Parts: sequence; C-alpha cells; structure tokens
Amino acid sequence: MTQEGNSADTPLVALAQVRKTYNEGLPNAEEVLHGIDLSVRRGEFAALIGPSGSGKSTLLNILGLLERASGGVYRLGGQDVTGLDDDERTHARHSTLGFIFQFHHLLPAFSALENVMLPALIGRKRAAAQSPAANGIGESASRARAAALLDAVDLHDAYNKKPGELSGGMQQRVAIARSLVLGPQLVLADEPTGNLDTRSSDNIFELLRRFNSEQGTAFIVVTHDPRLAARCDRIIELVDGRIAGDRRNRARTAG
Amino acid sequence: MGTLGFEWTVALRFLREGRMQTALIIGGAAVGVGVIYFITAVLVGVQSDLIRRVTGAQAHIVLKPPEETVAPLVAATADAPRLASVQARPQRLTTIDGWTTLARQTETTEGVVAVAAVATGAALAIKGNASRSIVVLGTDLNQYMRVVRLDDKLTQGVLRLEPGEALIGVELARDLGAVLGDRFRVQSAENASQVFQIRGLLDLGSRELNRRNVYVDLRGAQSLLNIPGRITNLDIAVGDIMRAEQIAARLRAQSGQLVESWIQTNNQVFAAINNQNIMTLLIRVFVTVVVALGIASVLVVSVVQKRKEIGILRAIGATRAQMLRVFLLQGAMVGIAGALVGSALGLALVGIFSRVLRSASGTPLFTLHFDANLIGIFVIASALLGLIAAVLPARNAADLDPAQAIRG
Ligand SMILES: Nc1ncnc2c1ncn2[C@@H]1O[C@H](COP(=O)(O)OP(=O)(O)OP(=O)(O)O)[C@@H](O)[C@H]1O
Ligand SMILES: [Mg+2]
Repeated sequence: MTQEGNSADTPLVALAQVRKTYNEGLPNAEEVLHGIDLSVRRGEFAALIGPSGSGKSTLLNILGLLERASGGVYRLGGQDVTGLDDDERTHARHSTLGFIFQFHHLLPAFSALENVMLPALIGRKRAAAQSPAANGIGESASRARAAALLDAVDLHDAYNKKPGELSGGMQQRVAIARSLVLGPQLVLADEPTGNLDTRSSDNIFELLRRFNSEQGTAFIVVTHDPRLAARCDRIIELVDGRIAGDRRNRARTAG
Repeated sequence: MGTLGFEWTVALRFLREGRMQTALIIGGAAVGVGVIYFITAVLVGVQSDLIRRVTGAQAHIVLKPPEETVAPLVAATADAPRLASVQARPQRLTTIDGWTTLARQTETTEGVVAVAAVATGAALAIKGNASRSIVVLGTDLNQYMRVVRLDDKLTQGVLRLEPGEALIGVELARDLGAVLGDRFRVQSAENASQVFQIRGLLDLGSRELNRRNVYVDLRGAQSLLNIPGRITNLDIAVGDIMRAEQIAARLRAQSGQLVESWIQTNNQVFAAINNQNIMTLLIRVFVTVVVALGIASVLVVSVVQKRKEIGILRAIGATRAQMLRVFLLQGAMVGIAGALVGSALGLALVGIFSRVLRSASGTPLFTLHFDANLIGIFVIASALLGLIAAVLPARNAADLDPAQAIRG
C-alpha cells in the first residue's frame, strides 16, 4: 500500500518485526523487544506508555537511530535505514530527528542560546558542502531562529544564562527549543516531564502540543503520567517488549 | 559562539570549562618545554666554550704526508742502542708533493670551508743569551685566518706577516725577554737562520702553545726549513666540527695522505661531548614522553567526565569524526599554549643562570638571546605532541556509544 517517494502517504516511521537483544551472543543475552510492528504518520502526536522495563526507552532509541535493531526493518520517511552505517545514521538524526531527554541534557559550558544553536553549528559545514546556496543556516540565521524559539518557550530573559542558573522546567524548555531548531519531522521525548512538578509538566506538555499543531512536527512522548497520555492523539502501550495496546484518543481526535 | 567551526568552538569551551585541569596540563607541558629549552641552551653554551678552547689554535683537520717509517732493520741489529743514539739527528722533513692541486681538491670536498698551506718544523728562537725551542709555522696569514681565527687571540700589535715579521705567543716573548717590535733570531735544525721582528703577541689559549708557536710568512719558513716551494701540511676548517672525522676519512681516502681530525687528537673531549649529547637527548626524550603522558591522562579523564555531553552531541548530530577532532584539537591547543609558556619559562631560566654559570675563563657559558626559530620549532613540535597524546582519548570519545552515555 505504501509507495516509496509518495511523501504524503508514506508513514513517517514504519517498523516491521523489529527486535532488540542486548548482549547478543553472550550468555546474558536478553531480548527486550520481540517483533514490534509500528507505523507513525507525519504530524502525529503519540504517547508511549508501559510499565518500567517494558522497553520504551529501547524502542525510542531505535526510532532515534541511537541504537540498532537486532532484527526487522525500520523505514524512516520511506527510506530503509536499517542498514545505514554510523555516519549515515548520524546525518539522518541531524536532519530529521529531534531529542528531548528526561534529565534535560544541556551542555553546561554553553549558554541557553548557544545550546539551542548547537545543532546548527554541528551541521554548518555539512549544509554548506551539500548546497552552497543553502547558507541560510549561517551564524546569524541560526542565532535568530534560536532566539525566536527561546522566545516561544518563554525564555526571553535567559538567552545568556548557563543551564546551571536555570530551574528544571526552564532547562527542559531550552532542550525543547534545541530539539526543534532545525525543523525536524519527528521529535522523540523520553519522559520529558519525568522529574518536573505538575505545573511545569503541564506547561511543557502544552508547548509540545503547540509546536505539533503550529509546525506539524510529529512527536512520540514516553510518559508514566496517565493524565498527560490522555492529552495525546494516540496512545501506544508497551508491555514486556510487545505492543499491548494502540488506540486513538477519541476525545482528542474529535476535538 | 563566533564563526569558528563546531570543533573549535566545543574544544575551546571544554578547555575553558575544565579550567583547573587545563591549567595543570598547560603547566606540565610548559615545565617540560622550559626544561628542554634550558638544557639546550646550557648544552650549546658549554660545548661551544669547550670546543672553542680545545680547537682554538688548532685546525679542525690537518693533512700531512705519510711519515717515513724508520727502518725496523735498525732495531733488529744487536747493537741497536748505539745505532739509535747515532741516529739521533732530526728526521728529515717530509713534504707534500703537488700540493697546489691537492689544496684545490681539498677545498672542493663536501664539508670543507677553508684550506691553508703550512710549512712547519722545529727550530730554536734566540735572543741575547736566551734560547728556546719553538715550532715555526709559515703560512699566508689571510689564508690561514680562514682556518684558525687569530684576531680574537691577539693581545698586542697587529695581525700582519710580511717577510721578516713574526707573531709569537705571549709566554715565548716573556721567556725571551722580548717586547713588541723587538727582533730575534730563528735557527732551524737544517742550520739555516733568519731574524724576525715581533709584530704581534698572541694568547693561544694554552701555556704550551703560547710558549711554542711562532708564525711567520710561508717563504721565510720554507727557506728556514730548507724545503723551498714546498709545504709540510694543509690545515683545514670544516663547517660542522662534529662531522670532522667523517670528512677526514673522506680526505684520507681521496688523497692517500695522513689526515688527522681534532676529534682524533682530542678523543676524550669528543667522547665527553658525545656523552653529553646522548644524556641530554635521553632527558629530552623522557621529558617529552612524560609531557605526552600527562596530556593524554588528563584528556582521558576529561572524556570520562564528559561522557554525557559527548553522548548528547552525538545524539543531536555530531559525527564520530567531529568528536575525534574536538579532542585532538584540545591536545594540540594545550601543546601550543604549553610551548609558549614554556619558552618564556626557558628564557627566564637562561636569563637567571647566565649570570650564575660561568666558564673557567670567567665568561658567561651562554647568553640570553630570543631565538624565534627555536620557539617556533617548540610550538610546532609541542602541537604535534599534544595531537599525538590526544589520539587515544579522542578515539575513546569517538567510540562512545551515545545511547549508553545518555542512559547514564
Ligand atoms: N544496555 C543495556 N544492556 C542490557 N540490558 C539493557 C540495556 N538497556 C536496557 N536494558 C534492559 O532492557 C529492558 C528495557 O529497558 P528500557 O530502558 O527500554 O525500559 P523502559 O521501558 O524505558 O523502562 P523505564 O520506564 O524504567 O525507563 C530492561 O529490562 C533493561 O534492564
Ligand atoms: Mg526508560
């Protein structure tokens, strides 16, 4: 049914019988994902839930091209990325994916603005090499875009603050800005509100939803919070390395 | 973040972030470079002083005709002692045949910078009642001074050797009771004699030479020694005196004459210099290795400390090669900074010790001079050293699995 090159109909993410075994070939080998079939459309906002140890982070890392599947096929934007080498996976990550982690993971030596600019800095040479005309990713352009994103997450006064000077919620908002700075098609968030209080969590979640609707970025958000899961379009439930439930959230889709 | 690339920006930021560690490795590298700079300066100073004194009044290489061996027949006879005493007259001077060609050939030999023809032999200097045994050295002064400097040895008078003029050592002048401008007679073993006027007094660096050497014009010496038109040796100067022996060997092979380098005649001095060179080389190698290990170990620790940050950078799109370069650059930058600080340290040490350390003659062993080339070499070498030291830590950083690093 899905045809390569037909970008409107191709799912953004398509996993077929994806397995993951840790310590492969060793006596303590352990299969933690047992044949996952999953497809995510462009612009979708999905929650990934499940008990601790069910394989949510593992699945997210495979989707994020940070880890390799032990079996099965992964297509990202219609392209088979299962067999890509490290550099190709890194480039694909850089060009189409964004990450938000539970523990913020900003670089402490860089200011908030610089943290948001880092992905652009990483790829400047690469972008210039690919098309000299595409110098829109230059220093000033990326600075402007980073500043606009920090404004959007309500951190106008924190451009030059180091992560250490920011609260947990503020740091997570910087991380969100960073994940979006290159306009990714998919953002993978692993418990982005995991160690935030309820108010900050709501705040962060609202921001993610807003970027999703304004920019059409797809999100897969791992969460333990049923309240937040309820605010997603789709809820995927993982139990013991298998998809135990996958349902549209009627309240959201209707609204 | 300026317009520097990703690697430079992150490398600089990491170094600045670990301020204490960075200061420590730069300090370590600086001490290493400073020590190497200092011992190099001391070594060069000590050795050039030593060599100056040893080779001061002597040519780097002397080419002579092969000695005529005294027939062993004499020794074999029963009444050898008597024969030996009968034979006690001076051996006939041996001279070099066709020396002008040989001089030209020698001059064009690789490594040779100057050649002077010399007629030399034993004689007596007589003034009034005093007589001393001397060595007459007849030469063309201009030619000779390109082989052995005399200008820095002149204590009185002028450097000039017209016929009938002589330059003599200060001790000899005292022994003869002669002063500048005085005349004295030279009588050779061949029973020729000539009167010379003293035009200059020389301090040749040793009592022995000051008591013995009398420089006269070539023709005067030739007639005194009864070898008209001929010479007894070629005195030779080379560019690199540590290679004198190799050059002497080549001359020996191509001329068939007896060729002696200063290294042969001062074997112990040469051995001492060689040992010094080996020792300092060892010190330099050890210091270099220690500095490299210091840089490497601090960077290895830094990679471990920055595991998470490296993981994030990889997750947001930095390639393995980019991470590798981030850490290689840190090694190179630390090396460059260490070389600059270390050169300043070395200069300071040389400045202080040039006042303290003096040679036997009282002159400073080395002088403080800013050698931009040497510092340039240190900077480049140190940058390379830092780069090499950073290879292992940089590979650790590049090989880091981002998923593992981020999980914690
Ligand atoms: N690097 C690894 N090596 C071996 N086993 C691992 C590794 N990473 C994860 N696992 C195992 O894989 C299983 C799934 O882990 P994963 O982190 O994906 O679970 P999770 O659903 O994210 O759990 P949580 O909700 O606690 O974050 C667990 O049993 C875990 O112990
Ligand atoms: Mg997890």
